[in-house]
Amino acid sequence: MAEARTLYEKIWAAHVVHEEPGKPALIYIDRHLIHEGTSPQAFAGLKAAKRKVRRPDLTFAVMDHSVPTKNRDLPILDVTAKGQFDALAQNCAETGVRLFDMHSANQGIVHIIGPELGITQPGLTIVCGDSHTSTHGAFGALAFGIGTSEVEHVLATQCLIQFKSKTLLVRVDGQRPKGVTAKDLILAIIGRIGVAGGTGHVLEYGGEAVRALSMEGRMTMCNMSIEAGARAGMVAPDETTFAYMDGRPFAPRGKDSQEAVARWKALASDAGAKYDREVELRAEEIAPQVTWGTNPGMVTDVTGRVPEPGSFADAVDRQAAERALQYMALKPGTKIQDIPLDRVFIGSCTNSRIEDLRAAARVVAGKKVARTLKEALVVPGSRLVKAQAEKEGLDKVFTDAGFEWRDAGCSMCIGMNDDILPSGERCASTSNRNFEGRQGKGGRTHLVSPVMAAAAALAGHFVDIRDREWNVDGAE
Amino acid sequence: MIQPFSQHTGLVAPLDRVNVDTDQMTPKQFCKLLTREGYGKFLFFDWRYLDGEKPNPDFVLNFPRYRGASVLLGRANLGCGSSREHAAWAVLDYGFRVVIAPSFADIFYNNCFKNGVLPVQLKDAEVDELFRRTEATEGYSLSVDLEQQTVRDDSGLLCRFEIDPFRKYALQKGLDEIGLSLEHEAKIAAYEKQRAPAAPLYDPARVDVKYS
Repeated sequence: MAEARTLYEKIWAAHVVHEEPGKPALIYIDRHLIHEGTSPQAFAGLKAAKRKVRRPDLTFAVMDHSVPTKNRDLPILDVTAKGQFDALAQNCAETGVRLFDMHSANQGIVHIIGPELGITQPGLTIVCGDSHTSTHGAFGALAFGIGTSEVEHVLATQCLIQFKSKTLLVRVDGQRPKGVTAKDLILAIIGRIGVAGGTGHVLEYGGEAVRALSMEGRMTMCNMSIEAGARAGMVAPDETTFAYMDGRPFAPRGKDSQEAVARWKALASDAGAKYDREVELRAEEIAPQVTWGTNPGMVTDVTGRVPEPGSFADAVDRQAAERALQYMALKPGTKIQDIPLDRVFIGSCTNSRIEDLRAAARVVAGKKVARTLKEALVVPGSRLVKAQAEKEGLDKVFTDAGFEWRDAGCSMCIGMNDDILPSGERCASTSNRNFEGRQGKGGRTHLVSPVMAAAAALAGHFVDIRDREWNVDGAE
Repeated sequence: MIQPFSQHTGLVAPLDRVNVDTDQMTPKQFCKLLTREGYGKFLFFDWRYLDGEKPNPDFVLNFPRYRGASVLLGRANLGCGSSREHAAWAVLDYGFRVVIAPSFADIFYNNCFKNGVLPVQLKDAEVDELFRRTEATEGYSLSVDLEQQTVRDDSGLLCRFEIDPFRKYALQKGLDEIGLSLEHEAKIAAYEKQRAPAAPLYDPARVDVKYS
């Protein structure tokens, strides 16, 4: 009998083009996603070496990192951003790579549009010059972020020289309580294993609570695998996956679709497959999460308090906590729910899909953003998400409550456009990184789920979304 | 083309913080340039400058004694976060040829090799000792030998480090990895032919998605 293999091992084995003992393998890349931020130098390198894009048909480009989220029809005044857009447009025109530019109806954050267009499929290898490429692993694909030199490598060869990773199974069993979302699961996991807990590993998420998640929830979890140090995170494809794939523009159709599903069914890890490590969590024990520090592992329950640095046993952790609290201007012992906010950002490749917006809108409906708030932004992950939300009237729900409704892009998750968190201000954000200066130099970021961000916008401070007044149903 | 690496001796600068992310190494506003060169002035920008111009006297790289440092000594999980290679470009352009830490984030570790920067992973206790010596002795420098896989100072300290043989070879030669992969053209083409049915790509005439 063949040895039991994990999902990762199956995809890896199916993609080895060449290998020699003691050397990294040459693996094939099925889909290459590029954007304006990390590709110009790769194209320049390719040109300098007189090399060609090997498979423009497997390469997809989009403008997302630096695009404005309002007044997109006006000229771009940021000359460096304009340089990025022009370079991407020219590089794609010269090489035949399909580009979704900022005026395309399909434009959006690269990790939102790949799945929604069906470019992302189970069993594929997918790379992009962006660390949140781990998102696509939600489909049972092997997807990871790469540097610009590797972008150039893939453009030229459609392959990468890769070392095999170790595997870490993260099981979340039991049922998620009301108000506890995929975002809370992944934040709790990072809090448990740490921001370097997955280094050198590919994570596979399993267990009842993961199986019960929609594709969008699974994407939220896989998205933040990199925040635990893992380049990739995966969920085995199942009926939820196959239903999501059905009818997507770039996905298999008709008879091919049935054959594809049959292939995809065989991807799941075999019973008895061995992982290098395993971690288990119980969903019932997870509360809505709020980060208090300057990395996603510095996280606690919404019912908790800002920790005393002295409570960390390790000297390194103590020092890091002290520094983080200084940057965040937080006093140890402060109740999380007493932390006042200046801004709220609902968006990013972590949480800007239609289900995120629906869930946030349900919290917001008929209410008003707190007067103390300077700004509350909703930035849909893609123009398709935006159009769908508008069809459902969600934009009106948000704007009636006092939120701004913007065009699609990375926006205030990274602050490469005008959407920047000012220095000294505090933001509840549905994004993925609370690093120093991430949303803007001197800005203070707290990571939360969309429903937690929505409720915080109304209250002006963090609140427990599970409290009855917020009326969350079982869904998210 | 990357600069081959064999041996390097240089002044050590200590960055005593864990989980230093690549957003700090090259903040976002400098990730809009179209070149690979000239990022040294942006390295640790928000820590290095007050109001974006005046050097911050409290930041270690601004201490006169560490001016001209070419070995960066760091703490665990160095280079976590964003995949931006701009971080490695900034480290190199600033003048660092070697980065030493007890552990590195995967993508940054990889990006260092692609740019001729040697990331050296040492044991926690060894890194602690290097921090002590760097801070105690002005002008403290280290010699790093890639062939021997050693780090030495002038007063008898000797640490050995592990490195994958392929990475070592590639760095020693300043290898063009793309050229290396292209030597397997026939295999790549054969793979594509065999693989095609398992990875079909449907080209929609009209891209339109429905939501349920």
